[in-house]
Amino acid sequence: MKGVTLVRHIKARPSTVFDLLSTAEGLTSWWGPDDFPVIAAAADVRVGGRFRVRFRTIDGAEHICVGEFLEIVPPVRLVMSWRWFDGGVPEEKGRTSRVKFHVRPDGAGTELTLIHAGLCDADSERSHEGGWTGALDKLCRGWTA
Amino acid sequence: MANLSESGLDRAFAALSEPSRRAMLLRLERERELTISELARHLPIKLPTVLKHLNMLSEAGLVRREKRGRTVKVSLTPEPLRAAADWLARYEHFWTSSLDRLVEIAEGREEAGRPPGKT
Repeated sequence: MKGVTLVRHIKARPSTVFDLLSTAEGLTSWWGPDDFPVIAAAADVRVGGRFRVRFRTIDGAEHICVGEFLEIVPPVRLVMSWRWFDGGVPEEKGRTSRVKFHVRPDGAGTELTLIHAGLCDADSERSHEGGWTGALDKLCRGWTA
Repeated sequence: MANLSESGLDRAFAALSEPSRRAMLLRLERERELTISELARHLPIKLPTVLKHLNMLSEAGLVRREKRGRTVKVSLTPEPLRAAADWLARYEHFWTSSLDRLVEIAEGREEAGRPPGKT
């Protein structure tokens, strides 16, 4: 499923980008929603290895997300499961979603694609033809109070 | 804020994952209320398939069917869509600011000529 899909063009080599995705030190440097630093991060970067990132948001709340590395293909692809351990999104407690990073050479730089899928497997694969995010936006526009 | 159960969110996303069902929802958004045959008219699929899709939309809580005399009127019920949109908005915000920082750091490292390290 194309839950959230974001693409960035980066003036850096794929290996530089992949390094930031696949080391605890790298993850610590950029992960998190506001301009607040990650408080602690641990990542055992191998298939089946786990990560745990703790960060604070601008409202002072602390959040911990945890997950497992499902696929590591340096420097082209990294897939991880994602779960809120503490804080985060209340109605999502215990729910596991999936985050994929695709790293592609793009001229002298890198194209990075992030896909955060909200669904589990069967449906997620089926809906890969995607395109519904736009439809959802359109549908929701009518009802924002 | 819509607080939908996990399975409710899954059902909403699953219902949205199919082009014919999306087409049906978008038409209902424009027309507000349609009979089943009106809804089926512009779709390149047969009525039984339309009914199957309608059942799925209905189970996901995205449409309401109401019997009026001899016809059934279908209309949109937006609540589960809001929950799905909330989900997307939250993660979009989270990842947008995260990735912006990642870009900055990656480009900074590259410029400084620092070795990318082992991967």
